[in-house]
Amino acid sequence: MTEQTNDTTKLSRRDFLKLGVGALSALALLEVGGASLMFLQPRSLEGEFGGQVIAGLVDSFPQGSVVEFPDGRFYLIHAPDGGFLAVYRRCTHLGCTVEWQPDTNHFFCPCHASSFDIVGDVENPPAPRALDTFPLTIDAGQVIVDTSTIRTRDNFTPEQLVYA
Amino acid sequence: MSDHDVSTWRQRFLYTAPADDRSRMRAVANNLILHLHPTKVPAPALRWTYTWGLGGISATLAVLLIITGVVLMFRYDASVERAYTSIQYLETEVAFGSLVRALHHWSANLLVVTAFLHLVRVFLTGGFKVGRAANWVVGLILLLVVVAFNFTGYLLPWDQLAFWAITVGTSLLSYVPLAGTAVANFLLGGPEVGQAALRNFYAIHVAVLPAILILLMSYHFWKVRKDGGISQPPSAPGERVERLTTIPHLVQIEFAAAAVLIMGLFLWAVFVPAPLEALADPGHPPNPAKAAWYFLGLQELLLHMHPLAALLLPGLVLAAFVAIPYLDRQEDNVGTYFRSAVGRQIALLGALYAVGLIPLLVIIDEYWLDFPALLPGLPTLISNGLIPLLLTLGGLAALYLLFRSTNKANKSEALVGLFVFVVVGLVLLTLIGIFFRGANMALVLPF
Repeated sequence: MTEQTNDTTKLSRRDFLKLGVGALSALALLEVGGASLMFLQPRSLEGEFGGQVIAGLVDSFPQGSVVEFPDGRFYLIHAPDGGFLAVYRRCTHLGCTVEWQPDTNHFFCPCHASSFDIVGDVENPPAPRALDTFPLTIDAGQVIVDTSTIRTRDNFTPEQLVYA
Repeated sequence: MSDHDVSTWRQRFLYTAPADDRSRMRAVANNLILHLHPTKVPAPALRWTYTWGLGGISATLAVLLIITGVVLMFRYDASVERAYTSIQYLETEVAFGSLVRALHHWSANLLVVTAFLHLVRVFLTGGFKVGRAANWVVGLILLLVVVAFNFTGYLLPWDQLAFWAITVGTSLLSYVPLAGTAVANFLLGGPEVGQAALRNFYAIHVAVLPAILILLMSYHFWKVRKDGGISQPPSAPGERVERLTTIPHLVQIEFAAAAVLIMGLFLWAVFVPAPLEALADPGHPPNPAKAAWYFLGLQELLLHMHPLAALLLPGLVLAAFVAIPYLDRQEDNVGTYFRSAVGRQIALLGALYAVGLIPLLVIIDEYWLDFPALLPGLPTLISNGLIPLLLTLGGLAALYLLFRSTNKANKSEALVGLFVFVVVGLVLLTLIGIFFRGANMALVLPF
């Protein structure tokens, strides 16, 4: 004990070892935690959903029609004014699948009775925002929908429509 | 073989209790399972009408669930293609398959009820007082573990209830700011309920949660002993409470309760098989799409509030439950149901207010009250979230103040009234969700 100085800025050998063990343990914990998170990270669903879907020729969708693409999880809307829009079929409230009801011209969610109009705008809450959309391009008369990116929107605006 | 050997063997296999108190106490102390008990218990702690045996019944159910669960694992296949068929196979082809599944299913349902009632009993008798705060919190965590078990378990049959209940439940998470969507995607192993989600939930259900449950249950039991047994009214100075040996007085009661419980469950499971809906169809949710019955109280909140508010409200109630040992520090009323005569009266009032108010509020909100339409300029998060949430919390605070002022209740008694109001309210919302919600989740009459 007589060897020890009172100088607190100096690190004793014991404190150094304590600190070292503590720091290394914290590092090890971080590594294990990080590795576990990486091990468990979400696996993407390759092939089924999340790729490019060629919906078909522009002319095959009459104006004012809504066609369901179950594998792509979307509805292709050919709006009455001629624009195209692809909406994700997942209700923005709590994720149930909305159903297109052609006789009343709206999308309906049976879980909590939200409804949306033909361009996906909220007609009846509890849904907090319009149906999400997928980027859509028209190439050589073909409608192509990219299901890898989900776009959220608060409500419908005319710029969201894509024209042939 | 000597006489001594014969009597020991008889004791071991024919369960003959040792003859005198001293050896009976030693038998408890030297046995791993019985050692959960003290060698002697106060006579009043054995009153059936004090505990209703709810903790012991819950523990018995946990053991039954582990046994039947392990058996089911041998026949279940956690893949989207084969999960549903493996359940159908269990139900139709496997010898006793339907019975084992029914036992597992109904035990799980009953455990939600008994664990919840156990919480209510412990609260009402002040079982969280006098140094028992830590075990109260462990008990709350155990209740959450039971709920997590049920939530992960009902995805496994991969039927319509499974798929949509988990879809709705995990979508709720995405309303939690910042981390919500990431946590939901992590749990599901992707953006949608699919193979990765089934695999994850299976691993959590059969490995992660059982490990947590067994550790926490052991701690829960150990802590009861460490805290000096279950809560009891403080004895008057000089009063001597009679203490009885655990063998036979406590063990006999436990054995009888477990026997009646297991017999009842078997009978029920024989006649009522576990339900199985149609195969999960991601394109078509059923109408109405309801969660399992014990979540319908929370689902009912969703019909009245923005999802974030509907999450926050039970979260705040849970936080208040955790804080209760620190809010109610009055120790002299421990061990008496409802604390006192005033407390009993307040509890009755709390229940009556809930029965009068909650269904009325549900009906008013369903048909007339529409905050987003009344306040069109505000985002729904405020008009349909913050405002109803604050009104609800304000109502609870007002109720507490009412008990304090007009009924002259002390803090401890007023909290009993509030607790009873919340519990009866939750039960009522659950009943409304089960029986009074029909197609499109509209209010309907069940008859």
